Amino acid sequence: MKDMLGLEIKKGNKARCLAEAIVGPVREYISRHTTVSVERASLRLCGVDGMDQEGTPVPNIMANQLKAKTEHGAVRYLLGACLKKGMSVDEMSRAVADGFDISSVEIPDMALLEEEARKYVERMKTLVLENRKLRAEKILKYKSNENSPLLYVIVATGNIYEDARQAEAAVFQGADIVAVIRTTAQSLLDYVPFGATTEGFGGTYATGENFRIMRKTLDIAGEKAGKYIRLVNYASGLCMPEIAALGATERLDMMLNDSMYGVLFRDINMYRTFVDQHFSRLISSYADIIINTGEDNYLTTADAFEKGYTVLASQFINERFAFDAGMPSRLQGLGHAFEMDPDIPDGFLYEIAQAQLVRELFPECPLKYMPPTKHMSGNIFKGYVMNTMFNLVAKLTGQEIVLLGMLTEAIHTPFMQDRYLAIENARYILSNTASLSDEIIFRDGGIVQKRASEVMDRTLDFLGSVAERGLFESIEAGMFADIKRSASGGKGLEGVFEKSPDYWNPFEIMLKEELCIGGTK
Amino acid sequence: MNAIKAYGDTLNDGRVQLSFTLPVADSPKAREAARLYVRKLGFSDGEVVYAAPLEEEFTFFVAYGKTDGFIDYDEVRGVEKIDFMSFDEINEYIGDNIGRKIVVVGACTGFDAHTVGIDAIMNMKGYNHHFGLERYPMIEAYNLGAQVPNETLLSFSKEISADAVLVSQIVTQKNVHIDNLTELVELFEAEHVRNSTVLCVGGPRIDNRLALELGFDCGFGRGTYAEHVATFIVRKMVERGIA
Repeated sequence: MKDMLGLEIKKGNKARCLAEAIVGPVREYISRHTTVSVERASLRLCGVDGMDQEGTPVPNIMANQLKAKTEHGAVRYLLGACLKKGMSVDEMSRAVADGFDISSVEIPDMALLEEEARKYVERMKTLVLENRKLRAEKILKYKSNENSPLLYVIVATGNIYEDARQAEAAVFQGADIVAVIRTTAQSLLDYVPFGATTEGFGGTYATGENFRIMRKTLDIAGEKAGKYIRLVNYASGLCMPEIAALGATERLDMMLNDSMYGVLFRDINMYRTFVDQHFSRLISSYADIIINTGEDNYLTTADAFEKGYTVLASQFINERFAFDAGMPSRLQGLGHAFEMDPDIPDGFLYEIAQAQLVRELFPECPLKYMPPTKHMSGNIFKGYVMNTMFNLVAKLTGQEIVLLGMLTEAIHTPFMQDRYLAIENARYILSNTASLSDEIIFRDGGIVQKRASEVMDRTLDFLGSVAERGLFESIEAGMFADIKRSASGGKGLEGVFEKSPDYWNPFEIMLKEELCIGGTK
Repeated sequence: MNAIKAYGDTLNDGRVQLSFTLPVADSPKAREAARLYVRKLGFSDGEVVYAAPLEEEFTFFVAYGKTDGFIDYDEVRGVEKIDFMSFDEINEYIGDNIGRKIVVVGACTGFDAHTVGIDAIMNMKGYNHHFGLERYPMIEAYNLGAQVPNETLLSFSKEISADAVLVSQIVTQKNVHIDNLTELVELFEAEHVRNSTVLCVGGPRIDNRLALELGFDCGFGRGTYAEHVATFIVRKMVERGIA
């Protein structure tokens, strides 16, 4: 990594110490709790799927049957019922959809349960490891055809089959990554719907079936283009762990996943989110799925020039939470954005300073860089130029995952031609400035270095005050994004359970062992 | 009669720039189809200046056309231009005419998760150097954020005796906002607070005509700043005798 900012090493280290002081007490809370969504994710990893006649997903029916018994771990009851009835998990899923209650069954001996669990844990491991292997092989094979940075586009028609069509075109045009936008408000549903979506609002549901449809489309389109196309969805909201589980088994490659986004921007309860994000990250770590964190949101709600430090602070916190889940830096797609007011003189330099600062502080992370949205006015021509400036900063500062701006941002979901224009723009910049970053240095004490140093110092001040107050209390006091969230407020707290001493979750045990978390054995 | 036409570089030349996609493979035939399509849209002299494949079966075109279509400008009736007050004038107006702080609540309702619009109007900092309502000394502003159910907005408004309620709707796909906005008005009517509350709606696809049709007092579209909304609210309050 080229040192262009002259940052003192101790500042990055200090930020990490503060992040540890902030996350430490939360880690302790997380380890003692589970949630309905963690349990439903574990049921799904066992193979539970389907829905009843009213459309309630089977994992939810089971979790509703267990209620307070959830504190012992839901897999115990599922496998207990399977053993008693001599059924497989598939058969049990259908039985429960038809009205069978797993909470009513007497639980057999632990040794029997563990024996039974081994089957399902091994099956999940094999599936996920095969996915990892296939992905790694394809990426290696087609590496030379990829853009650098990777070009990320969005499809958002609301119909998964139309999305597939749009995605094929995007791959033809040169995209490397396709994200399927979720239908509005899925983040607040406390269940993952079943089946294919053909009528969503501004997107489709994250469902197993939608994941499969898109995966297949991208694999075929990728082979044609000589590339491995990465598929992205959202392991966020009230069902973070469940969607992460689906992503691991259906071979998604990236997941939007932030440790605090749901709390701040979706008013999801903080205890719920912290426990959920941990389990979802354990799964993604094991499945080799890159997470994309949501720091761009700090800049769309507040001023990007004033609040640059909140992005950096959140990145250090997200990094710490990710390390806690055994996630290596190469899977941490820390997010940030190009959102400064285009009327600020030298705004381009300030954007470079921020992007370069993040690059140097997180040298091994595949940074996710988000395009201008807030100041896109409907003037598509000006917007196109702003996107060009964004692409230039992305290339110059070595960002790795670049979400392409659409000239029609703030007007409508992208037309097929909008994506084409965006990709053409980006590829022009990437090629035309391929070696620019090797050719330039920033003047000592110049605008870029000074700005980076100011943002770094403000970040340290901010992290210092959060560490002093505590993370829960800091969020309650509105220190992040000026949004106040009470510890007992927000959605989903009723789905948080303290683990009983006999809590048992074979998937958690396996993941922690495989990732070497909480011990050295 | 004041007939006007699109202006390219000569008055009344009627020149228009177009870009569009056709669901066919790029080929000389496709380009000819694009040219004919432009003519069919009512343009003479259709000229395709650029074509590029978007995929095997889709082609993007940039085209120019000349139109004989015109509009009689004298017959056009636009939205009345309101003479807006400034930040200071609004605060002074409230002091002089209402004599107390006014209470304004804002929210993105229903499933809408996009707070950009309501934040631009309400946040202290405002947008594009126009302060938001939270900054007004004579306005007590509450921003409830995203995905607020209509019932919650109503009960909160009653609890704090809101003088005005601002609803932001960004997502308008498949007209989901229409039902949501209609429901809000019905709720306020059912609770008999409709007349004592100024109801406004804003968003990129919202205009005043739609807002009035749905039973709101005013609708605000693109380019709206806090002082536009505040001016409307305070004048409406005085007109209705809400004080």
